[in-house]
Amino acid sequence: MKFLAHRRRKPWVAAALLGFALLVVGGGYAAVSNTAPAVAAMGSQTQVEEGKRLYLEGCSSCHGLEAQGTQNGPSLIGVGAASVHFQVATGRMPMAAPGAQAPAKQDIYTDEEILAMSAWVASLAPGPAIPTAEQLDFSDADVAEGGVLFRINCAQCHQAAGGGGALTDGKYAPSLMNATPQEIYEAMLTGPQNMPIFNDETLPTGEKQAIIAYIDDLQQAPSPGGLSLGRLGPVVEGLFMWTAVFAALIAAAVWIGIKAR
Amino acid sequence: MSSRSDKDLLPVNPEPGDPKPGYLPVANIEHKPRVTDTDPKAARRAERQVAGMFLLSMFFVVLFVVAYVSIDVYATVYVPVLGVVGASNLALGLTFGAAIFFIGAGAIQWAKKLMPDVEVVQERHEMTSAKDETDEAAATYERGKEESGFARYPIIRRTLLGALALFPIPLVVMLRDLWQSPAGANPAEILSRTEWREGMRIVPDIGHDTGDGVEGMVPAEIPVGGLVSALPYAIKETKDDPAANFRERGKAAIILVRMDPTEIRSQQGEGWDYQGILAYSKICTHVGCPIALYEHRTHHLLCPCHQSTFDLADSGNVIFGPAARRMPQLPIGVDEEGFLVARSDFQEPVGPSFWERG
Repeated sequence: MKFLAHRRRKPWVAAALLGFALLVVGGGYAAVSNTAPAVAAMGSQTQVEEGKRLYLEGCSSCHGLEAQGTQNGPSLIGVGAASVHFQVATGRMPMAAPGAQAPAKQDIYTDEEILAMSAWVASLAPGPAIPTAEQLDFSDADVAEGGVLFRINCAQCHQAAGGGGALTDGKYAPSLMNATPQEIYEAMLTGPQNMPIFNDETLPTGEKQAIIAYIDDLQQAPSPGGLSLGRLGPVVEGLFMWTAVFAALIAAAVWIGIKAR
Repeated sequence: MSSRSDKDLLPVNPEPGDPKPGYLPVANIEHKPRVTDTDPKAARRAERQVAGMFLLSMFFVVLFVVAYVSIDVYATVYVPVLGVVGASNLALGLTFGAAIFFIGAGAIQWAKKLMPDVEVVQERHEMTSAKDETDEAAATYERGKEESGFARYPIIRRTLLGALALFPIPLVVMLRDLWQSPAGANPAEILSRTEWREGMRIVPDIGHDTGDGVEGMVPAEIPVGGLVSALPYAIKETKDDPAANFRERGKAAIILVRMDPTEIRSQQGEGWDYQGILAYSKICTHVGCPIALYEHRTHHLLCPCHQSTFDLADSGNVIFGPAARRMPQLPIGVDEEGFLVARSDFQEPVGPSFWERG
């Protein structure tokens, strides 16, 4: 016990204890809440009503009681089910705090709840629907064609290898390395935040599938050299060498130069 | 004034006073002995450390060979922080790096802990050459001047200077190629016109074949908030000539954006949009990067190279960054078949500024 008493005064112990306590409480809560039964499949009308209820609870403070939009959020009339599904399933909506951009985070709704909200917003005015499994099937798509289309239409913001990049005033194009085919399809279809819209007329389904196949190929590609550094290419690699490796070389030079005791 | 002597490389005289032959004189400052100088046990420990490092180096060399033989070149492995990496490259790099590192580290440790570290005096030589050497060089120069008769034959001297002065002229004349192309056209004119002309259809840019069978675009295809990279229909004629294709692409590439017509604050000509569809050059007016970073809510177009930002709702004016000119706009309309067409060429040269443009 003397060993423990001695250690208790170390500054890291408080942080470790706090972390442990949070883990126990959070883990316990997650274990309990996971036991709640999943919402059973709902009929279309009840689904829309459930969606409206969820909308009024979680979204209406910014988007307005009738989804007409307020100063804090745009109108959702006509944005379609695909837009709602993308924004909520990736955790971008509801936003945690106002800011230049809504970042992706852990989503707080179940799939059924997201589909219900999508159904309600879709019932307000026609808009892009959630893509079907058939539209998302990219198994026959041409990866090379997808690469060409990606470089013409997407690479300017998301970077040629899908690593993402900066826009104006703190906004950014996110990395595509964890995006699912459905998220990619929905983002192209609806133009979330400042992304332009690439509808099925300007970018037909076959071309979207090719782009998804290319991004999937990028996601699967290993990084044989080790640290990919965001796959941003020689500038970043050079910067890494100049900072990290030079620091190591200077540390080695200092060690060589210090007189032995 | 002797040259560098071998004594620089010989061992140090460990005793104060006059150095033994072949040893450097010890500096006249207080020397603090190391632990390894006074404690034989510490010296033994340092000896084992150095030998241990050399042994580790051998171990990693063996490990390198084993890794080279046994790890599949295409195998991958997950490493925290690094992610999924090639197992072979990682293992080869680490073992080879460790092998050479421990040779160096052992050598440094050896030198620091066990080799003599007393402070010694090492004389340096003067930087200037010896007086007799400089005198000889000056005499050689004088003799050359005298024997060549450079001062005695003024006509030879002047014609030689004239020949040397004229010699660079061919190099200057060839610079003319920079502004006069072989075809005879002035590059300023070439830069000032593109393939766009009245009635030229707009086709989406979908790669090198530029869309066989694509006849054009109708306005209804482009949604509000949409963005399309596009080219003139005439680009199809350069399909089999990659050089010409790239040349025309570099000038004629445009982006089409569509916004709510009420959001358009100004444009570069009255009625240059078509129902909210605006066509702008895709080439930055700063140093010519292709740009399509269009934010459809702010209508800003951002160049990734130097952060020049253009407001497409306001004539493409520069609102930030080093670009000096607004983004050239292309006046567009529709033809009788309903396809989007240009109504003329650009009214100003696209891309970066050049000398004749001012």
